[in-house]
Amino acid sequence: MTATPDAERGTPLRVRAEAAWRLSDSVSLRPEPFGALAYDFRTRRLSFLKTPTLVDVVRGLADHDTAGEALTAAGVTPQQESSYLSALTTLAGSGLIEERP
Amino acid sequence: MTLAPERRATPAPARPVRPTTGPLVDQFEFGLDAPICLTWELTYACNLACTHCLSSSGRRDPDELSTEECKALIDEFERMQIFYVNIGGGEPTVRPDFWELLDYAVAHHVGVKFSTNGFRITPERAAKLAATDYVDVQVSLDGATAEVNDSVRGRGTYDAALRAMANLRDAGMKDFKMSVVCTRHNIGQLDEFKAIADTYGAQLRLTRLRPSGRGADVWDELHPLPEQQRELYDWLVANGDQVLTGDSFFHLSAFAEDGQGALPGLNLCGAGRVVCLVDPVGDVYACPFAIHDRFKAGNVRDGAGATDFDTVWKHSELFTDLRSPQTGGACTKCSAYDSCRGGCMAAKFFTGLPLDGPDPECVKGNAASSLEARDRGGLPGTSQDHSHKGTVRNAPVPLTLMRRPPSGACDESPLVPGRSFG
Repeated sequence: MTATPDAERGTPLRVRAEAAWRLSDSVSLRPEPFGALAYDFRTRRLSFLKTPTLVDVVRGLADHDTAGEALTAAGVTPQQESSYLSALTTLAGSGLIEERP
Repeated sequence: MTLAPERRATPAPARPVRPTTGPLVDQFEFGLDAPICLTWELTYACNLACTHCLSSSGRRDPDELSTEECKALIDEFERMQIFYVNIGGGEPTVRPDFWELLDYAVAHHVGVKFSTNGFRITPERAAKLAATDYVDVQVSLDGATAEVNDSVRGRGTYDAALRAMANLRDAGMKDFKMSVVCTRHNIGQLDEFKAIADTYGAQLRLTRLRPSGRGADVWDELHPLPEQQRELYDWLVANGDQVLTGDSFFHLSAFAEDGQGALPGLNLCGAGRVVCLVDPVGDVYACPFAIHDRFKAGNVRDGAGATDFDTVWKHSELFTDLRSPQTGGACTKCSAYDSCRGGCMAAKFFTGLPLDGPDPECVKGNAASSLEARDRGGLPGTSQDHSHKGTVRNAPVPLTLMRRPPSGACDESPLVPGRSFG
């Protein structure tokens, strides 16, 4: 299996709370007790979302106008926001989520 | 790790509860709702007779899953969101419905990586494979020279593998895999393997020789020597994520010092927790290297539906045991236990070592005395054997170098530095 940490790959895309994002078309999420597996059929890469809250955030991205709204909807507190945005930035760097207009 | 102890007569203490935070590896020890790495051996039939075949393949089993059963199983994989399966055998491409099943899996969102000796990867097949998303190919090559490769895999198999890789490259297939089982005779060829893989635009994958299947018969002569384990470890560290390993060398992680030099990957025995094997007749085993009744969790034909893999994975007694905390036995006293966790369960089992002791290739040398002391007559052997009984066209070719008597006391290995192969 190829569960390479995404953080090693460089992340040119920064996820800002004001921008709109969504799960990429080629990615599927599989719920697991710890969170979820995310598999990208295009790159054949497997990633792990390590908290159920992060899974809720990622699933909610497409339904909210901004990433910030998705965070709030998933119950992320203002104190936690920066760490969740940085997790999203990592996901964006590996193409698991993509910006939308 | 160790397999769960024999079942107790008295009720076991309450199981520890799965942690809600912390390292993923702790989560994986408790198992997942579906495997991450599922190997599906489609047939025991093979056109070759490799000496180290971990599934003792050769002849088809008359009871192999039918095309319809295979499709039902793929439907289950889709429902369980098993995103991809590793298909092997035997040689999967000899199944007449192989290409049909491949298309069916892809159409049902189950990606496939299949292992092949390459004989049937013609230019036409290569073109189709290159044009199919979700399909990856893994060509086996166990020597960087024909002499070393064909001694294990059979006459003509080196040329066939290179021809297949050329066909894949010429068809535009990118990043397919070239998979090498590391042996005493090819550890010195790692750079050459990398060069061959680069030539064909393939990714190099190195895996561990297991004493499973026919591998048990040749393990003593083929498994890397202690100094070669170090050479392999150093090479893996130097090449990092340029090389895939299927996490198969976690026993080498004990070489890491002060947390430096850990190998990429989980460094965990995933058997029955994140890994399993479905064999050609539908038996489900804890891992691809553990095809033995001792590690059989059930059969996909056991349930009410056309197939019922889901129940075996989630509820079999064996897998439930494997997902409960294991004791490391004597290994827990070792400073490297956190790195290697006692090594590979299958390697211990098939070499006749206790499951809660060190791996037979323990880099600290902790298995050496028990390996010498074991009763070879008491080895578990295989619980199935589909090996060819007659002659095989592509039979393994003994290494000519091995026919010479050793020229000196220190010269028992054919890979003494300074000697070149063919």
